[in-house]
Amino acid sequence: MTSPVIDTPAAGAGAAARAADLWKVYGSGEAQVIALRGVSVELERGRFTAIMGPSGSGKSTLMHCMAGLDSATRGHLTIGDTALNGLGDAGLTRLRREKVGFIFQQFNLLPTLTAEENILLPLAIAGRKADPQWFQTVIDTVGLGDRLGHRPNQLSGGQQQRVACARALVSQPEVIFADEPTGNLDSRSGAEILSFLRRSVTEHGQTIVMVTHDANAASYADRVIFLADGQIVDELLEPTADAVLDRIKRLDVMSSPTARPDGPPGQRTVEDSPSATATGATE
Amino acid sequence: MLRATLKSLLARKLRLVLSGLAVLLGVMFVSGSFVLTDALGRSFDNMFSSAMAETDVLVTARPAIDVSELEGESVPGMLAAADRDAVAAVPGVAEVVGVVQADGARVIGTDGKVVASFGPPRFGANWTGETGGLELREGRGPTSADEIAVNVTLAELSKLKVGDRVGVLTTQPKKLFTLVGVFGYEGGLPGQGPVHEVRFTEPVAQELMLGAPGAYTSLSVTAAPGTDPAALRDAIKSRLGDKYVVQTGQEAAAAIAGDFKTILSLFNNILLGFAGVALFVGTFLILNTFSIIVAQRTRELALSRALGASRRQVIGSVMVEALAIGLLASVLGLAAGVGVGALLAKLAADFSSLVLASISLPLAAVISAFAVGIGVTVIAALLPALRASRVPPVAALQEVATPDRPLTRLTVSGASIGALGAGAIAFGLATSGDAVMWLLLGGVLATFIGVSLLSPVLARPVVSVLGRLFSWSVPGRLGRLNSGRNPRRTAITAAALMVGVALITGVNTTISSADRSLRGDAETGFQADLIISGQESPGVLPTFDEALLPRMRAVPGIGTVTAEYNDQALINEEPSWAAAVTDLPAVVRDLSLVAVAGSLAQPGPGEVVVDDQNATEAGLTVGSTVTVKLPKGEPASYRISGVYQRAPFYGGYIFGTDVVPGMRFPQPSFAYVRLADGADDAAARKGLEALLVDSPEMLVEDKQQYLDRELGEGAQLLLMIQILLGLAIVIAVLGVINTLALSVLERTRELGLLRAIGLSRAATMRMITVEAVVITVFGVLLGVAVGIGLGAAVVQGLADEGLSTLSIPWPAIGLYLAAGAALGVLAAVLPAIRAARINVLTAIAHE
Ligand SMILES: Nc1ncnc2c1ncn2[C@@H]1O[C@H](COP(=O)(O)OP(=O)(O)OP(=O)(O)O)[C@@H](O)[C@H]1O
Ligand SMILES: [Mg+2]
Repeated sequence: MTSPVIDTPAAGAGAAARAADLWKVYGSGEAQVIALRGVSVELERGRFTAIMGPSGSGKSTLMHCMAGLDSATRGHLTIGDTALNGLGDAGLTRLRREKVGFIFQQFNLLPTLTAEENILLPLAIAGRKADPQWFQTVIDTVGLGDRLGHRPNQLSGGQQQRVACARALVSQPEVIFADEPTGNLDSRSGAEILSFLRRSVTEHGQTIVMVTHDANAASYADRVIFLADGQIVDELLEPTADAVLDRIKRLDVMSSPTARPDGPPGQRTVEDSPSATATGATE
Repeated sequence: MLRATLKSLLARKLRLVLSGLAVLLGVMFVSGSFVLTDALGRSFDNMFSSAMAETDVLVTARPAIDVSELEGESVPGMLAAADRDAVAAVPGVAEVVGVVQADGARVIGTDGKVVASFGPPRFGANWTGETGGLELREGRGPTSADEIAVNVTLAELSKLKVGDRVGVLTTQPKKLFTLVGVFGYEGGLPGQGPVHEVRFTEPVAQELMLGAPGAYTSLSVTAAPGTDPAALRDAIKSRLGDKYVVQTGQEAAAAIAGDFKTILSLFNNILLGFAGVALFVGTFLILNTFSIIVAQRTRELALSRALGASRRQVIGSVMVEALAIGLLASVLGLAAGVGVGALLAKLAADFSSLVLASISLPLAAVISAFAVGIGVTVIAALLPALRASRVPPVAALQEVATPDRPLTRLTVSGASIGALGAGAIAFGLATSGDAVMWLLLGGVLATFIGVSLLSPVLARPVVSVLGRLFSWSVPGRLGRLNSGRNPRRTAITAAALMVGVALITGVNTTISSADRSLRGDAETGFQADLIISGQESPGVLPTFDEALLPRMRAVPGIGTVTAEYNDQALINEEPSWAAAVTDLPAVVRDLSLVAVAGSLAQPGPGEVVVDDQNATEAGLTVGSTVTVKLPKGEPASYRISGVYQRAPFYGGYIFGTDVVPGMRFPQPSFAYVRLADGADDAAARKGLEALLVDSPEMLVEDKQQYLDRELGEGAQLLLMIQILLGLAIVIAVLGVINTLALSVLERTRELGLLRAIGLSRAATMRMITVEAVVITVFGVLLGVAVGIGLGAAVVQGLADEGLSTLSIPWPAIGLYLAAGAALGVLAAVLPAIRAARINVLTAIAHE
């Protein structure tokens, strides 16, 4: 069984990051775990992509590999026009400085620095100056104006994540990778974070990839990719929360051993429109 | 609980190794000192008892002037030929050998220089045949007045061969001899220990070494067969009376060895003192390690409390860990100490041609190793253990972050303990008596503890100022912030470094102040253009032929030459130094001495001049009389004819030349030279040097050269102290490594985050390095501040002794700061590599 290559409208031209036939194997022999099984995906520039899937399906692994944090076992990876394969530590460091932004689930900030210093840290590390206008825009977007001088331990979890978002945005990277950025937040703080991410994509053309377990969070994205057992099994464009829930439910049924259909599950997903699934989620 | 503790102990190998290493090094120092001095002590025992093997009874004169080994050299007394005959007549005496032996026979080697000794005596003695283990190795014993034999040690050092003509300096100016024999001792030894020996014929030895024909320094008695040495000793004693010391050979050997052991035990105590400093520093390291461990284990401890562990069990779990580390460190430290002690003993024995007795493990070494190793660890862990017991069970549910507790209590107790210490030092310096030593010691200790407690408060501002130096780069800025992050940890790590640096700076400040004070005074007081003098060594006062004086005065360009003779004397039963001068008014002028009472004219026979300080102490005024006993004379009365004001570089009793015959070295040891107006300095100097060709120990120097040489000893002392305190510094650096390694571990996630947002490996390492350098430089700054304070206190306390100016050795302090920064870089190497190797992904996943 091979995964489908997702056919996207802007394939090639606008790809901010790309993986082709990506395999990731941890360990060897008895303890061998195949986390990714030949995943191919393109993340279009200026789009907000969500990655969903059951726990252990390889979401984090996929993101780490695409971001150059982890090495691929096999396959070809690019960010912008830079190929990741064969880059050494210095090359990867430069890549992270110039092309990649991160937002983690927690522990995003250095406790010794103020919010503002944390936001400017990647630029400082790279020896660049922030564009004051852009900096102001970012601050305004995340709404941190009066908290800039505070240290992380003086900020709430939601505020800390906003600082982390601002930090990722301020250097205008090629791609921002966010691994469950709202995983630790209540729904209101989470919604705030998600709407900044949404706005930075819509208004400023930022490319964002986000791993999430939350259908509601996924509904902020332009596109949702479903992962199961190390493979891309489905995709949804312009998702709503209900459509996502519905799709998850269907995938669950399909992947349970008793109800597995014959054909590969991904093949009939693309033409499903978000509206078609609106009813399923309410029960 | 115990099993859980031991498991967590093994899980923290790094901490175990580093904090254990600090204790191990301290214990090694302690037990090594014991092993070394024990082995050397027994080696001396063996040496002396083999030297006395053929002597059944030894008769020695009581010392003419008795001073303890620590104050200087006793002046040996003498026995007359009549005494030897009296002993020979005692029934049961088979043979009496008269021995002439005195320190101060200096051989001029093939290079024209006096063969130097680094401390052991250079004996001149009479040839008594192949007795007492002596074995001729080459040639024969001296049989005529111009022949000598030397021991192998001396022959090798001087590179002299049998048949050579040899110049020998004794109490008299250089005399020439023919070297007719080289001897060693049984067992293939080149000498008795590191001693240099020159053997003359008996009359020559008596004349040159004792200045007393027919005299002996001891009588070696062989008992007739079947006579008990102890009985013979008593018989001789009753015959001679109380005037002499009569001992069996064994007793004599034990007595001499005992003298050496006094020195050895002093040496041991000095080493133990430095070991104590090292262990004190080690305490900081352990305290810090355990504090960090407890902080990191807060959650774990809280969980165990929540699960029902009692406070006592929590304390117990920390203390068991300390005990385990202490025990392990003690065992390994003891083993290392035996190794180091044995190695040093071997080196010392080789260096001084001593036959090394077997190395053994003295009980004192074992007891002190365990007492010190376990004691230090357990005491240091006590505070962290108490803190651990106060962790509330709810902490299990909270953030792991160590709360920033207020430093008020710490600051208050630090300030009061520090003040107490400073008070004790001030009081100790102001008073006198037995308590002084303890007051000073306790005061310094309390000062260190007080400053250590204060250091967290100081850490914040100092670190932030220091950090500015590095803030130009992002890694530097991050490093600075990290070092300011946990002021207690930074501070205690720095405080460990402070101790060693403070002691070094204190000693250096004192020495440089003494140097400056003497120089300052000498600069204005010394009016002599040139000084002729030689380097003193124990038992030997270099002199030159007084017959040269008129010829010196005749050298073109020379104005006046005033000679000074010196020796020890008993003045009113007190051991003192006596000087005799050829022209007191000239000395007064050359040294800018000032009269306080009476006259400073040349003292006539039976007259003496004294400085005001000695006069006050002894209750003397012009006209009072003192009883003076010189080494070779009988006690005589002298009248104080004048009192002068003590100069920082000059003081004591000044006689006329009538006392010179009573001195052991009846030749001038000093001369103050004034040049004639418009004289050619260099030519005059050359002239004097040419005259002194037969006195290679004597130097012609100007004021500056003279002071540089005399004060050079301070620099050597300083170097020694710095080397011995080196271990304390090493341990402090271990502490820095430890703190950094633990911090890196603690901040794994943070480091991962930084790497994820683009910090390169090199920058990560720079960040750690800056943190280390900030800590070490802070420590050195603290140490320098405390050290200057200690030095200033000592200088203040010794103001009476002539320490008039405080001189802070800035260049050295600059060097210490630079060295501190370098140590920081060094200490950072391993933790930095560790930090740079952190895998971004695992770091992010790190709990
Ligand atoms: N370092 C590793 N060593 C071995 N196996 C690993 C490692 N990291 C991940 N895996 C395995 O790879 C698979 C995918 O893990 P991954 O973390 O990508 O899942 P995920 O989809 O992010 O799950 P979650 O939703 O729980 O975060 C899992 O089976 C996991 O056990
Ligand atoms: Mg994950």
